[in-house]
Amino acid sequence: MTTYHLDGLAALGDPTRRAIFERLADRPSAVGELARDFPVSRPAVSQHLKVLKEAGLVMDRAAGTRRIYQLDPEGVGALRAYLDQFWNRSLAAFKAAVEQPEEDS
Amino acid sequence: MTMQATDTSVRTSITVEAPIERAFSLFTEGIGTWWPPEHHILEAELAEMVFEPRVGGRILDRGVDGSECAWARVLVYEPPARVVFSWDISLSWQIEADHEKTSEVEVRFTAESTERTRVELEHRHIERHGEGWEQMQAAVSPPNGWNLQRFADAARAA
Repeated sequence: MTTYHLDGLAALGDPTRRAIFERLADRPSAVGELARDFPVSRPAVSQHLKVLKEAGLVMDRAAGTRRIYQLDPEGVGALRAYLDQFWNRSLAAFKAAVEQPEEDS
Repeated sequence: MTMQATDTSVRTSITVEAPIERAFSLFTEGIGTWWPPEHHILEAELAEMVFEPRVGGRILDRGVDGSECAWARVLVYEPPARVVFSWDISLSWQIEADHEKTSEVEVRFTAESTERTRVELEHRHIERHGEGWEQMQAAVSPPNGWNLQRFADAARAA
């Protein structure tokens, strides 16, 4: 479980990968659609999807000649990984803000 | 695959060099000073984040054009020790209108000294969003998907 968890976190550490993951949460998509909507090449999108898939966050299925990518339906784990990463980053930002000397006034 | 109760929560904590009152007020009413800037739902440029400091209050993003996006409801407000708010956001950063499908975040503040505060955060009932996902997938895959798809489209168009 721990390994899966860390894989998920590591996979979502990359901003482009996180954006692709969020997009797939919105709607399942083929590689070509993702390459069209993100400023990265098709091979780069494929590579990101491979990492997300290996981390257990994303799965794919055949639809005719295309492969449609979507979040893994056992994806509570995926959401946990996402939120874990989100809150760790946010609390670090909170710490930085709260420890700043008060400058208003 | 069975989930244990703990599998549907995320827990994290941090210790900050600040008095408990300041930690609590910056976490709540000062949320706009630390919330990750890329995580907003508004279409318009963000003017401010507002945390209404009472039970039943809302946490919302306000745009420069006056538009508002309320993405949380304050469920418990006990300064400076504890606050609980709902998480009315789907994973794709859209507002979840069905409160049955929202999770909640509890934040507890403990004074370790007059100048040091421990902040413990638990984001729980994450599985409630999961139920939404399954329906969302059901709505997307077969041809006769129903209202969740319409909701998703409406949310995207809004």
